[in-house]
Amino acid sequence: MLIWLPLVSYVMFRPALGPAAQYVLLPAIPAVIALYGMAMRRWRESWVAMLGLTLVCFWLLMAVSAPYLPLADPNKPLAPLLPPGSVRHGMLFLLGSDMRGRDVLSRTLWGCQRVLVWGITAASVAYVVGTLCGLIGGYLGGWWDEIVSFIGNVLLSFPVMVLFILVLNVLGQSGFNIIIAVTCSSAPIIMRIVRGLTLDAKPRDYIQAAQTRGEHPLWIMLVELLPNVRGPLIVDACLRLGYTTVAITTLTFLGLGLQPPDPDWGLMIKEAAPAALLWKYSYMLIVPALAVSSLILGFNLIADGLREMSQRDS
Amino acid sequence: MAPLNLSPAAADVPILECRNLTVAYAGRRGLIPAVTDFNLTLLRGEAHGLVGESGCGKSTIALAIMRHVGAAGRILGGQILFQGRDILTMNGEELRSIRGAAIAMIYQEPMASLNPSMTIGEQLIEVPMYHEGVTGAVARVRAQAMLERVRLADGARMMRSYPHQISGGQQQRIVIAMALLSNPQLLLLDEPTTALDVTVEAGIVDLIRDISAEFGTSMLYISHNLGLVRETCDRITVMYCGQPVESGPIAKVFRSMRHPYTRGLFAAIPALGTDKNTRPLAAIPGQLPSAGALPRGCAFGPRCDYFVAGRCDSAAVAMHRVGSDAEHESRCLRVAEIDWSAPRDLGLRKNAGAFGAPILEVNDLSKRYGPVVANDRLTFGARRGETVAIVGESGCGKSTFARVLMGLTQATSGSVELAHLELSRLPVTRRSRQTIRSLQMIFQNPFDTLNPSHTVGAQIARVIRKFGVERDETRIRQRVLELLDLVKLPRDFAERRPRQLSGGQKQRVGVARAFAGNPAVVVADEPVSALDVSVQAAVTELLIDIQRRNATTLLFISHDLSVVRYLADRIIVMYLGRIMEQGTTQEVFAPPYHPYTEALLAAIPIADQRFIKRKVLLTGEIPSASDPPPGCRFSSRCSHRISGTCDVLPPPLREFSPSHRIACHLPHETLLSMRPVFEEETAS
Repeated sequence: MLIWLPLVSYVMFRPALGPAAQYVLLPAIPAVIALYGMAMRRWRESWVAMLGLTLVCFWLLMAVSAPYLPLADPNKPLAPLLPPGSVRHGMLFLLGSDMRGRDVLSRTLWGCQRVLVWGITAASVAYVVGTLCGLIGGYLGGWWDEIVSFIGNVLLSFPVMVLFILVLNVLGQSGFNIIIAVTCSSAPIIMRIVRGLTLDAKPRDYIQAAQTRGEHPLWIMLVELLPNVRGPLIVDACLRLGYTTVAITTLTFLGLGLQPPDPDWGLMIKEAAPAALLWKYSYMLIVPALAVSSLILGFNLIADGLREMSQRDS
Repeated sequence: MAPLNLSPAAADVPILECRNLTVAYAGRRGLIPAVTDFNLTLLRGEAHGLVGESGCGKSTIALAIMRHVGAAGRILGGQILFQGRDILTMNGEELRSIRGAAIAMIYQEPMASLNPSMTIGEQLIEVPMYHEGVTGAVARVRAQAMLERVRLADGARMMRSYPHQISGGQQQRIVIAMALLSNPQLLLLDEPTTALDVTVEAGIVDLIRDISAEFGTSMLYISHNLGLVRETCDRITVMYCGQPVESGPIAKVFRSMRHPYTRGLFAAIPALGTDKNTRPLAAIPGQLPSAGALPRGCAFGPRCDYFVAGRCDSAAVAMHRVGSDAEHESRCLRVAEIDWSAPRDLGLRKNAGAFGAPILEVNDLSKRYGPVVANDRLTFGARRGETVAIVGESGCGKSTFARVLMGLTQATSGSVELAHLELSRLPVTRRSRQTIRSLQMIFQNPFDTLNPSHTVGAQIARVIRKFGVERDETRIRQRVLELLDLVKLPRDFAERRPRQLSGGQKQRVGVARAFAGNPAVVVADEPVSALDVSVQAAVTELLIDIQRRNATTLLFISHDLSVVRYLADRIIVMYLGRIMEQGTTQEVFAPPYHPYTEALLAAIPIADQRFIKRKVLLTGEIPSASDPPPGCRFSSRCSHRISGTCDVLPPPLREFSPSHRIACHLPHETLLSMRPVFEEETAS
């Protein structure tokens, strides 16, 4: 929360914050470091999870500390098409500059803000919707199940990209509509997982015990069932964060969703694509591409590690 | 593959010999011993029982004999001689030729041993084709013949069926047939009847008993049930914490047990001819030590009545001969010193409770699920403080009745009155808090009864809050602790999560939860059947104690007649949704019997050597509840059936006393002249 609220408010509502914006992210920096330390201790049995965690936390740290690092302004054209390592105007362009003369390193580090904030927010919304639908369908059954499953199946019948393009063209291109698009594509899958886990837990005696003491169905779903479907969901959540990152990057690459000029990895790849046909300028493409890959790899490694640990425990 | 040429062993070479076998499992903190110093000699055609509670290493031994202890298992020492050759030094090729061919194993869950995507026939034919390389036609003939020998009727249809199309008892017979098809010299049976209904179990046990006689197969029979071992085996080894603690011929061990643990086991099971008013069950004090932290010296020491500090806890105890008997051994240092004939103080005799006013009245209650009649015109009642047992096998409708009573489903017709309040069509969500409070349930599966995500204390507190017993938070906490005291659990358990509790402890929490609102009626659905013997005794006694103190009415749902006989004041016997017989415990356990009751009684495995049991075997399997036989529902399996009557007309109700009623076509006099199922052996 300490990381999340500042980041979301910084990225989504920066104009509204005014001059206070520059201080908003400060508390998130120690929070990321604390999170990293805590998770490292809990997952120390699995080096896979620790490696993934390191990658993800690196980008999280970059996201929250980018405004305070001695970086060039990511949106200011300085000197175009500088190769990596060159010095111009007394500034070091470690990873060179792009066609419009903006610092690639700075844009890459700033760029992870948008991907992380929109990706994680979209995945979370998808999770809330999918989990609730899954609990309702699985526990209440009957017509509820029919309705929820039917809507889910309709949404799943679209190819993911078609669904994205459809949603963004109908509703317009904005970050919030990306959330809706990701929810439409991910929530049905999450719903199915939760529904299956709920069906498995429903006949168990502790659910019957809750029923026989007259608990409200909502209580049974949220207090008795939800904590018990958590385990497999956390693994899936990490994988899904990876997918969402890919989806958002792809959307910006296609020119849908998030709009320029703020730095974004998908956008960077898109802008670099024509120039990168020349090997000399390929760094513009390789750097953001590597950034995307490392973040997704991080999420996937965490998922692998968590699964491995949960299997070892049982 | 060419069968390995096993030399025909001389008659005096044992089929199987385990010498000082030691097996351990690699855990995170090093090796955890599973079996230590295990010795066994199994002769040709002999059946050896391996008895002990969960975690005692009995299954590990079977796996070690197959040399299949898994990735974490390590066979650390000893020898396993199969017909004189050490299995532990065999190479992969030799092992393969033995596994499944010379040694076959039968597990608890028959469905897990059968391939669901192949027909029974294909799976059976595979066995001789693989092991002996015979042609398909020959294999088919042999498979069909084998089905007959495991007493499966209609073999041709069976061969064409898939595993899910046949019943559990039939599946287990198929598994046994499959094992026998390769003509094994040794059969390992790991709790082969635990998943089956009692009357089906009796049939399988009968079959197993005949196998050694007919095929000359040696058997290692693993079970937690002393009665079953007595009925199937020649010798017994009692295991405790990975060690054999007593072994010898069945007759000697059962008549004169010479290890305190064996003695404790026997005292923990209900004996014939006793009930809760004459002899309380004696639980073994303390808890099983965890395998990683066995006590020094005798593993049973801390729980033993005869423990002597300085001797029993000084060094590992070896097996000692009992007297001059070479066959009977006990792992007790003091075997020669203890006066085994001294009567054990088994606690105080309890007074039979007096029953109060009627509290629960069930009248003509029926419940249909579509065409299935799960409950058909049930009529019975229960008084305050009384224990009424509902007994029957799967599909008899006892759980449906519990669901109707608890308001989880609604009756089709008839009535259920709790203290004159009609409940049969009132779902739990529309019942008053007072009604819900006064009618609570204890569930069967200890591993499912508690929500794994919440602490024990939070789960009990929820009940207290929900039922409005207390409102103030500190009072609620106080009440939780009192309830933990009531079920004899330490108070710090309130902070624990269910996975940190043993099965018996979880079931105690389940009892505490049910009694939190001081209910008038508690429905207990097989509350002890999933627990180990010694834990069963403790939980049963606890239940009786709390029930007596609160004058609670207990509806005890069970398939286990030996526990029911011990616990119940009145018994209702159900079969396929109908009540076959009801009466007081004495009336149900003595003639006249309903023929189904007679078969149920005869199916109880008896561990008591003083009794002999009459054999009553039922034909066939329990019919499906969606297609019950017309007339008397039991008519398709009844050995007393009068054709033309029983299978056409519903049976009349015959009354033998105001409390004893039997629904049967047999004439009054025939029922009265039935012989008792159990008879005390005359001293000879």
